[in-house]
Amino acid sequence: MTNHWVDIKNADCILIMGSNAAENHPISFRWVTRAMEERGAKLICVDPRQTRSSSKADIYARLRSGTDIAFIGGMINYVLEDMRKNPENYNIEYVSQYTNAAYIIKDQVLPGDNNGLFSGWNADTKKYDKSAWDYNGGTSPSAESKLLTNNWSGWSNRANDDADTAWGELNANCVLRLLHEHYKRYDLATVSKITGTPQEKLTEVYAEYARTGARNKAGTIMYAMGITQHTYGSQNIRAFSILQSLLGNMGIAGGGINALRGTSNVQGSTDMALLSNIIPAYIGVPNDTDTELGTKNSSGVWTRESGYLKRVTPVAVTNPTGIGGGSSNWKQHFPKYVVSLLKSWWKDVDPAISFHYLPKVKTSGQNYTHIGLIESISAGNVKGLMIWGQNPAAGGPTSLGARNAFAKLEWMMCADVWTTETAEFWKRPGVKPADINTEVFLLPAAASYEKEGSIANSGRMAQWRYKAVDAPGEAMPDLEMMDEVMRAVKALYEEDSSSVFPDPIVNLTWDYAQPITADEVAREVNGYALVPFTASGRTYAAGELVDSFLHLQADGKTSCGNWIYSQQYSKASDAEKTNFAGLLTEVAGVQVINRLRKRGTTDSATHPIGLYPNWAWAWPVNRRIIYNRASMDLNGNAWDPSRAVLSWDAAGKKWVGDVVDGFGSYGPIALETESSKKVLPFIMNADGMCRLWGGATMNDGPLPEHYEPWETPFSTNPVGHGTLNDPAAYRVGGGGFVIDDVDQNPKGTADKYPYVGTTYRCTEHWQTGIMTRNLPWLNELQPNMYVELGEDLAADLGIEKGDKVKVSTARGSIEAVAVVTKRFAGMEVNGKTIHHIGILNHWGYSGLSTGDSGNVLTPSVGDANTSIPEFKTFLCNVEKA
Amino acid sequence: MAGQAILYDATKCIGCRGCQVACKEWNDLKGEKTTNRGTIENPPDLSADTWLKMQYFETGDVQNLHWLFGRRSCMHCTESACVNVCPTGALYHHEMGFVAYNKSKCSGCGYCVEACPFDIPRTSGSVVGIRHATKCVLCQDRVTNGNIPACVKTCPTGALVYGGRDEMVAKGKARVSQIKSKYPNAVLYGEDELGGLHVLYVLQDTPSVYGLPENPKLPISSTVWQDIVRPIGWAAAGAVVLGLGLNYVIAQRKIKLKSKGE
Repeated sequence: MTNHWVDIKNADCILIMGSNAAENHPISFRWVTRAMEERGAKLICVDPRQTRSSSKADIYARLRSGTDIAFIGGMINYVLEDMRKNPENYNIEYVSQYTNAAYIIKDQVLPGDNNGLFSGWNADTKKYDKSAWDYNGGTSPSAESKLLTNNWSGWSNRANDDADTAWGELNANCVLRLLHEHYKRYDLATVSKITGTPQEKLTEVYAEYARTGARNKAGTIMYAMGITQHTYGSQNIRAFSILQSLLGNMGIAGGGINALRGTSNVQGSTDMALLSNIIPAYIGVPNDTDTELGTKNSSGVWTRESGYLKRVTPVAVTNPTGIGGGSSNWKQHFPKYVVSLLKSWWKDVDPAISFHYLPKVKTSGQNYTHIGLIESISAGNVKGLMIWGQNPAAGGPTSLGARNAFAKLEWMMCADVWTTETAEFWKRPGVKPADINTEVFLLPAAASYEKEGSIANSGRMAQWRYKAVDAPGEAMPDLEMMDEVMRAVKALYEEDSSSVFPDPIVNLTWDYAQPITADEVAREVNGYALVPFTASGRTYAAGELVDSFLHLQADGKTSCGNWIYSQQYSKASDAEKTNFAGLLTEVAGVQVINRLRKRGTTDSATHPIGLYPNWAWAWPVNRRIIYNRASMDLNGNAWDPSRAVLSWDAAGKKWVGDVVDGFGSYGPIALETESSKKVLPFIMNADGMCRLWGGATMNDGPLPEHYEPWETPFSTNPVGHGTLNDPAAYRVGGGGFVIDDVDQNPKGTADKYPYVGTTYRCTEHWQTGIMTRNLPWLNELQPNMYVELGEDLAADLGIEKGDKVKVSTARGSIEAVAVVTKRFAGMEVNGKTIHHIGILNHWGYSGLSTGDSGNVLTPSVGDANTSIPEFKTFLCNVEKA
Repeated sequence: MAGQAILYDATKCIGCRGCQVACKEWNDLKGEKTTNRGTIENPPDLSADTWLKMQYFETGDVQNLHWLFGRRSCMHCTESACVNVCPTGALYHHEMGFVAYNKSKCSGCGYCVEACPFDIPRTSGSVVGIRHATKCVLCQDRVTNGNIPACVKTCPTGALVYGGRDEMVAKGKARVSQIKSKYPNAVLYGEDELGGLHVLYVLQDTPSVYGLPENPKLPISSTVWQDIVRPIGWAAAGAVVLGLGLNYVIAQRKIKLKSKGE
């Protein structure tokens, strides 16, 4: 979330799309309900199915699964035209000064004129040359000056009735015009044809949400896996970014793009880099082109002059004349964070050497995400697999294939609270255990109440959790298991002098207490001064915790396990010494505090908008709303004074309210005289701007374009060009998941599989059900695997509610109970009647309540940028069992 | 009116059933073995192990569909049929306004099951003397110790609140007037029904849509017990024992027929 849970109460309009928040994030509805009751906020739900969320909505719009880009593209088109004609209803200053609307891009061809492809497509490599999407002028772009005039007064034909005349006046390569050129194809008729949403419903949604474009209005978007689990899921989110930027909804209270994370610590796990494309804190992973860390200058400081640091550290953009502020390019500090991370992991090793201890990913031919991993296992390339709190035999796509693949492993270790389908794959129904040679270890894990540690929620807030009871039997906290395993591995490498490349393991800094404590890990993550030094007037003794990432060094003097978490555990302030005396401890003679333990229940005294700054701690540096410099105009006046996030105290030369984004002593852009102190809000981008035009950030285009799911009821793209699927999506071509010459992931076609399948969760169970299907109270509520289908389709097929049905795809079939409902109904789409089948994904063959797994049906194809599987749209058939 | 009350606002309810589970957890009620009958609603009915269950109603047509959530549990009436007919005083009015229960006094006669206009109480079995009556007691043990009922405590959205009944009525009325433009049929249920209920509902549609009686009344048999039998006194009561015995047989037959019908 760019904002946080409590902040939803500040919204004037809440768009829930690709999420069923009421069922999967019930607590979020405390704040949705507050916004509706106390502010009169409008709730809009866009979903193929009427859900418990949409039951509360002011407007419910049905769409065909997988057509979100068309739906939002239509809204972008609506907003652009309305904004041009009625700029007084929008925040033009925001769009001009805080987004790259006016910037000039290299010459482009857009998909509408290029058979569905953007500039830079290489048909041989099936990849884009992303540099084709850069600013014209690279890091020194120019701008369409007419868009930088006050309320676009310099755009003389702006209000012309003829759109071509109006838009034609602008530089053909300026972002706003390119945006219009691209999205004008998404008119109501076209969008309706793709989505199946009636045109009048589209207009109703667009008009309502566009109202949040007013300077003093706030609109928020809540999304979840309904948005991400598509072959173009990342572009779905990009569409939200464009919309929210145009409407001035980023950085403000009640706004933002809010990913509702699906498990209690999935935010923390991505922050800590349980992903293959990053190292901790969202720094790009080293790859096989990185031959060295970087350049060490004469003072011993690592710089981005060469190597890996050059590749991952962006250069600041010099913004064009007419943009009030300048880029602070926060990522320029990456060398400090990378070197401090290396010193955290290998304290006694020169970073020039320890950099080579890091695994390097291949730049071609290998995918390291879930689908790629299972493919590698199926090909016999993986000997052993350690699985912690995951259940890929039921939770990943194409479960039958995954279960077959596991037999290729020599050994597998599962650590979980209960046994899982994965841990029992060798004795699953239909196989003979004697035929499977994989040795399986099941390690009983402590549940959350049985161990201490921290979790980070969707709002980036990290909270300490305390142990309430001892774990039963031999169950252990995961941290202790990992510590034992690592110590054993280390000892083995130390004993065996002939082992291959032992240095990364033998030299690893692993000096935890016995038993290991989460508290010391939290300190390690925060970072230490390894030797005495002084930074910004603060003098450190060796062994002190660093105050925050502001003091991290690129010369090896500091360590830090994750820069965005630096400050979570450091020197206590005077106020903290008074108000949280019970939490103080001493490190290197300094009183420090683990801020994740704080439980202050009072809101900000000056800005009571639900910030609660003393309840736990949020990354970065306890900022509750990120990009919050965008919540005000260039003079520092909040767009909506009643929801101000920040105020500038000119006398004290400091900000009051939330923690300002970067440079706390630098005031509002217009009040600072030195250009280096005029901080543009979007500090993590090299241009400081919110990007309407994505540039070279995404693999599949600078703007979202509608493509069909891998399995689609249509043979051509109804947006009107010849590219059916996202051209850069992972494995849309198939192959790669073959076991004993059998393709585990065949593609189905609409003649055999005429219905659109989509998977989801219900409130009563969680994920693959391991945590819930063993609880009688929850099994009572949802006892059996079920699917939902509309009354119209059920009548056609002679299926009654409660009947057993068989649902099949090209990859397998399952049995389930039919829940026949009015909440799903056939839709007229592009000349066809489309029926959806809603498939629950909680069941499997292990545990107290058993049933078939929804993921037996799902395909192993992935998003072009993240490879997240396309769980949300595929073709299936349903019949009475 | 004095006393405490729960206000359930169906327009804020997301049907998550956290309340249903919290009720079982606090009151130590076991999970029932159920099957999916083509609806996500379960268990099928209230029982000795289920004192609160949520209901789901799909109303209107596909184009203009409303998915409503309803709550089924004791309404804690001021004029309570169950208290009236309870021969042993096991069911009684607590000074805090709710219909309380003293299990040690319960003979398991089942009169409350028959008398309740909302069809709420259940018995724990079929053998009188061994079985006992069951229903929501508003977390008697919690509220008399300064806590709020378990269902209210767990509700994520504020659809359930607990407090002084006058305040709950005022809150309910204010909410109804706030939502009238969105839900023209919205009503506050329970303000005057049966002398005033201590569980009030804000409904977005008429009570009958939620399966609630529009105008709940005490069954005559319960008023006879209250108004005639009790004043006569126990000495004179012997004369009606035979009649009551007959009543009991009829009641049992009705219960059996009903459970077969389910």
